[in-house]
Amino acid sequence: MSATTTRPTAPTPDQTASPTGAAATPAGASGASGASGTATLTLAKAITAALHDAMAADEKVLLMGEDIGRLGGVFRVTDGLQATFGEDRVVDTPLAEATILGAAIGLALRGYRPVCEIQFDGFVYPAFSQIVSQLAKMPARLAGAGQLPVVVRIPYGGGIGAVEHHSESPEAYFAHTAGLRVISPATPQDAYWMLRQSLTQPDPVIVMEPKRRYWDKGAVDTSAAALAAAPGLHSARVARPVSDARVSEGGAVTVVAYGPTVRVALDAALAAAEEGVELEVVDLRSLSPLDVGVVEASARRTGRVVVVHEAPVFLGMGAEVAARVTESCFHSLEAPVLRVGGFSVPYPAARIEEHYLPDAERLLDAVDRVLA
Amino acid sequence: MPLVAPAPQAPVQLLSPTGVRRSRPTGEREYPDVEEYAALVADVGAEQLRARYRDMALVRRFDVEATALQRQGELALWASCTGQEAAQVGAGHGLAGQDHVFPTYREHGLAWVRGVDPLQVLQLYRGSSHGGWDPSDHAFHLYTLVIGAQLPHATGYAMGVQRDGLVGTGDRGRDTAVMACFGDGASSQGEVNEALSWAAVFSAPVVFFCQNNGWAISAPTARQSAAPLHQRATGFGMPGVQVDGNDVLAVEAVVRAAGDRARSGAGPVLVEAVTYRMNAHTTSDDAGRYRTREEEDSWRAKDPLARVEAHLRATDGADDAFFDAVRGESDELGARVRRGVREMTDPAPTSMFDHAYAAEHPLVASERAWLETWLATEPEEAR
Ligand SMILES: Cc1ncc(C[n+]2csc(CCOP(=O)(O)OP(=O)(O)O)c2C)c(N)n1
Repeated sequence: MSATTTRPTAPTPDQTASPTGAAATPAGASGASGASGTATLTLAKAITAALHDAMAADEKVLLMGEDIGRLGGVFRVTDGLQATFGEDRVVDTPLAEATILGAAIGLALRGYRPVCEIQFDGFVYPAFSQIVSQLAKMPARLAGAGQLPVVVRIPYGGGIGAVEHHSESPEAYFAHTAGLRVISPATPQDAYWMLRQSLTQPDPVIVMEPKRRYWDKGAVDTSAAALAAAPGLHSARVARPVSDARVSEGGAVTVVAYGPTVRVALDAALAAAEEGVELEVVDLRSLSPLDVGVVEASARRTGRVVVVHEAPVFLGMGAEVAARVTESCFHSLEAPVLRVGGFSVPYPAARIEEHYLPDAERLLDAVDRVLA
Repeated sequence: MPLVAPAPQAPVQLLSPTGVRRSRPTGEREYPDVEEYAALVADVGAEQLRARYRDMALVRRFDVEATALQRQGELALWASCTGQEAAQVGAGHGLAGQDHVFPTYREHGLAWVRGVDPLQVLQLYRGSSHGGWDPSDHAFHLYTLVIGAQLPHATGYAMGVQRDGLVGTGDRGRDTAVMACFGDGASSQGEVNEALSWAAVFSAPVVFFCQNNGWAISAPTARQSAAPLHQRATGFGMPGVQVDGNDVLAVEAVVRAAGDRARSGAGPVLVEAVTYRMNAHTTSDDAGRYRTREEEDSWRAKDPLARVEAHLRATDGADDAFFDAVRGESDELGARVRRGVREMTDPAPTSMFDHAYAAEHPLVASERAWLETWLATEPEEAR
């Protein structure tokens, strides 16, 4: 089975200057003024719209991060927001991740809803102690006497040809830490409502933003009705269903993905379909909590599961999914759950990252193995 | 009594923007120690200044070439050092050969003075290596991309130097200092402040060399520090000096002084070189979004190369023939760099496993074996 493997072609951050044109006001802005509707947005601009609309709806929402003001962030996700909401609500911080998070905790204790932007995945570690020792644990210590609704946005993952520390997948560290919710939207529509929900619920949320999908476009409905109809923040979705009829014919496999690898799984599904194999693609959306119900239902139908992510396979999200499926669906399984992902090495130099990143080809190889 | 902040002093300057060399104070706001600093570089005559000029010109040419190579898709990214040549070349010449440098990611001028080949530097920015050179070859450690992370390393290294008895022996050829480079933006990081504190507490032989180039991507220095950066030194318990970072002579003098102090065992020094990043932060950045043309022009008038050229010409220290020769050499360097980058081969895919661990690691070994098999069996058209 084969799919065309191409070198990553996603634009580098310099091309983010105006991914959807020079519009200073995101299309989603309309959602705030009441005249809402559907627009075609990139994933990055869907986040811009969500931030805009959340800020318009709740004056306690404020953004903090490096270069997020006049520059609009290195990925231009906050583009135009400082012009709209002012320097007090879109705060260009000193270059200090630990205090971006620590100050966010203080602001949250004071009733604010800070959204922290971490510039790149590899730069979250100076803030790691604040996130895992303070943000995650303080709500439990407060025992109901306070909440910490802090949202941390982290562009993550590889495939954009970047230099060291700009392509990492640290999601498992956060998902492993009790007290944090961890999400990773894969589509512009999901990015919109998941961020809006993150900004109205009471817990800390780590938003893993798949940076190589920032420029992917999709329809985004920013209406209040769409928001009200959205599923809960913890819900997985079946991104590509397989009919019962096809399942009973055999040759169906569940592929579990999230964030940047949802696209990989969908590409693999197209290639597989040409060869008579149907892939049911489950997009986890939430990494903690994990919506095991959706995964299990699919696993029971197909009897075969492959999990794919960019992070190293060892102790990654795939290990948790595989264990859960094995525990609860053992008798429905036709083959062991397989994992496809990164290697147990530091994320390699860009010139060879294509050999590190799990692509459709590698995923299809695992599909072949669960079918064998 | 009202609380007042100390009045700022003018940075040490030995070569004015118009190329006038100073050896004693000339005005009221003049840095008081100018005579002492001038005396420290009394040995830097026309010949040495020509060499400094040549270094700066070649570094600038290298920088221009790298920017072009990024535009042509040969490099993933480039962090330009144009405008900061005097700070870096001056610092490089201010150090002793046995000193060690812990750079950030923009120290191309220091790398050059230390003898690191420009093509080695480019490997990181091309995306073919995460390192590019052996630090022990030139006592020049690897570039560091995580802001400020190298300052604790430099401090620990200096503590090692101290333990090895290479501080305060009075042997100028042996006593060793460690230079830790960082930016004004980095001064906000906790680790940077922790390192300053440690070095002072342990009297570690560190020269903290801050190139304050005005900006940390889009944030001006004022967004990083409410006090002049060199003044922070006092609070940590070490001397702090501000120097005109576009004056190669002054930087060399100040770094010599700081290095002497560190090597003598008297402890660390914080040097703040005030300079300017003439280009955008990196080739991925758009400086037009956050700063003005007027600001850039005002700094263009303080160009570090122009003032050395003006001085050399005015004092008959160099003529057209010299500057033509440097230009010719620059062209050769540019061509060599261009050719070298184009000829760079990508590392083998399995090289990612080579040094993840120094000793045998079964998981890595099995993953390597898997990738080797995969690459050998993958259909040709898929690659
Ligand atoms: C911990 C960390 N956070 C964020 C970044 C992204 N980043 C790279 S360079 C930079 C600005 C650095 O400014 P400064 O220290 O003044 O050095 P300069 O680039 O101006 O030489 C930022 C925010 C990073 N590399 N590391």
